[in-house]
Amino acid sequence: MTTKSANSGSGMTQSRRPARLSLADWMPKLVMAPTVITTIVCIYGYMIWTAVLSFTNSRMLPTYKFVGTAQYERLFENDRWLVALSNLGVFGGLFILICLFLGVMLAIFLDQKIRAEGAIRTIYLYPMAISFIVTGTAWKWLLNPTNGIEKMMIEFGFEDFKFNWLSDPDMVVYCLVIAAVWQASGFVMALFLAGLRGVDGEMIKAAQLDGAGIFTTYRRIILPSLKPVFFSALVILSHIAIKSFDLVASLTNGGPGYSSDLPANFMYTHAFNRSQMGLGSASAMVMLGCVLAILIPYLYSELRGERHE
Amino acid sequence: MSNIAKRQTSTLDKVLRVALYVTLLAMAFVYLAPFIVMLLTSLKDVEEIRTGTLLSLPASLDFYAWGKAWSGACTGGTCEGIAPYFLNSFQIVIPAVLISTIVGALNGYVISHWKFRGSNFFFAALLLGCFIPFQVILLPMAKTLGWLGVANTTSGLVFVHVVYGVAFTTLFFRNFYQAVPAELVKAARLDGAGFFTIFYRIILPISTPIIVVTIIWQFTQIWNDFLFGVAFSGFDTQPVTVALNNLVNTSFGGKEYNVDMAAAIIAALPTLLVYVLAGKYFVRGLTAGAVKG
Repeated sequence: MTTKSANSGSGMTQSRRPARLSLADWMPKLVMAPTVITTIVCIYGYMIWTAVLSFTNSRMLPTYKFVGTAQYERLFENDRWLVALSNLGVFGGLFILICLFLGVMLAIFLDQKIRAEGAIRTIYLYPMAISFIVTGTAWKWLLNPTNGIEKMMIEFGFEDFKFNWLSDPDMVVYCLVIAAVWQASGFVMALFLAGLRGVDGEMIKAAQLDGAGIFTTYRRIILPSLKPVFFSALVILSHIAIKSFDLVASLTNGGPGYSSDLPANFMYTHAFNRSQMGLGSASAMVMLGCVLAILIPYLYSELRGERHE
Repeated sequence: MSNIAKRQTSTLDKVLRVALYVTLLAMAFVYLAPFIVMLLTSLKDVEEIRTGTLLSLPASLDFYAWGKAWSGACTGGTCEGIAPYFLNSFQIVIPAVLISTIVGALNGYVISHWKFRGSNFFFAALLLGCFIPFQVILLPMAKTLGWLGVANTTSGLVFVHVVYGVAFTTLFFRNFYQAVPAELVKAARLDGAGFFTIFYRIILPISTPIIVVTIIWQFTQIWNDFLFGVAFSGFDTQPVTVALNNLVNTSFGGKEYNVDMAAAIIAALPTLLVYVLAGKYFVRGLTAGAVKG
């Protein structure tokens, strides 16, 4: 976290200017005004606008002919949307689980006074600095059914090795998982490593004096105290999963067919390429609902926690 | 707590320790491999790619693919490489990062030291804005940009990135300024210092670390953006991520994987460079943006 105690008083000088109370009164508000306006209009206003559109039969241009929940009914009868939703379930579930597992494991391993820890950490985390488009491009080549990993394994002597998930409609969603885990797991590692470094050393010493071994200490003392980190990671990862758009665009382009579409791609395709503004808006609202369902309990518990401190 | 392992010295522990290093190094290879493959592939010619494997070394260093990716590859309509789009990205990123950082610093200063009625509520509302899936604002924003006459322009993209980046920059600065003692600001106010005087004289001089964190975070976010780029850019204002995606998915002629890989590395280079040079700040931004944002 970024909060640090500030250097006290550096740069503070006596100013002889007279107090201008009225100025001090309106200046903060004036400074915040642009952000307040854009937040009200471009976040909440647009949200409502999209909600309104989702109840109309807008196609290429917004029309305000209300059709009730017809777009939502159409949405949940649309096979492509159902595929996208179930892909999100599979992709999101696996992505989150594997990232958490790898992140915790690597963080614990790295926390054992490892030589060159800095260098190893840098390597684990660098994918987080690059765009999902680059990640998708790289993995598209690695997972290439004829020239990629399959060919390499055959050359290594595994003659029957088959690895064509990228062109297999049933398996392609796992390609998304592989690439996304590669990109984000190092980040989870960094979160947990920061958490581990913050664990109270006294508590651990006490446990060891009681004769607890290293595994017991981790399982019983250290990991339970990292619950908040665990929840943050969970929220961030599910957020990344729900918003995933670029990775699909570059790695599979939704294909084969639409077998690897995610909701974000469904929304974009229908709203921008297929002139189905109403349907696209409805899908965006469902995505918003998913995010809020995760976020509100989290923020609620965070705020309540702060008040108790 | 890192010395738990150090105290015990049985053979089992030695074996475990070797296993630990082996696992860590193997994982390091897994994370590095895609980049190594990209680099190797970008240096091979098409024939070598066809006959060799992912990790086979190029016979000679061939920079043909890099040249073509930079200035000759076809990205959708034109065949000018990704150079023009690389510059577009800079034209979008630089103003967007500067404006959102300045606005965020002032907002954070107000929210932590010049509270007014409703400022906390507003901060919470802004925070929620960090999280919304942007699909929910795409269509209205497209309309608005049209009305403002900046649809498909660089200024339009800068505007979008500033509007949705300010939530994060405000959060960063607010958390940092929260730790500045309120008495300090109060004392200065009693001495007659005004809003901006206090900001310049007291707040700004201690803000360097958070400014660095914010700039790096915003730079990475905006450089790597694809959604806004693809939705709001015009033919000649596309950022490099969109151009890269077009290049990779352009299907006329034979597929030149070496050119794809060179282009991908070029598109990743600026943020990678920032990460390598200022990794500490990058990580700090990630965890700050994550834990509270």
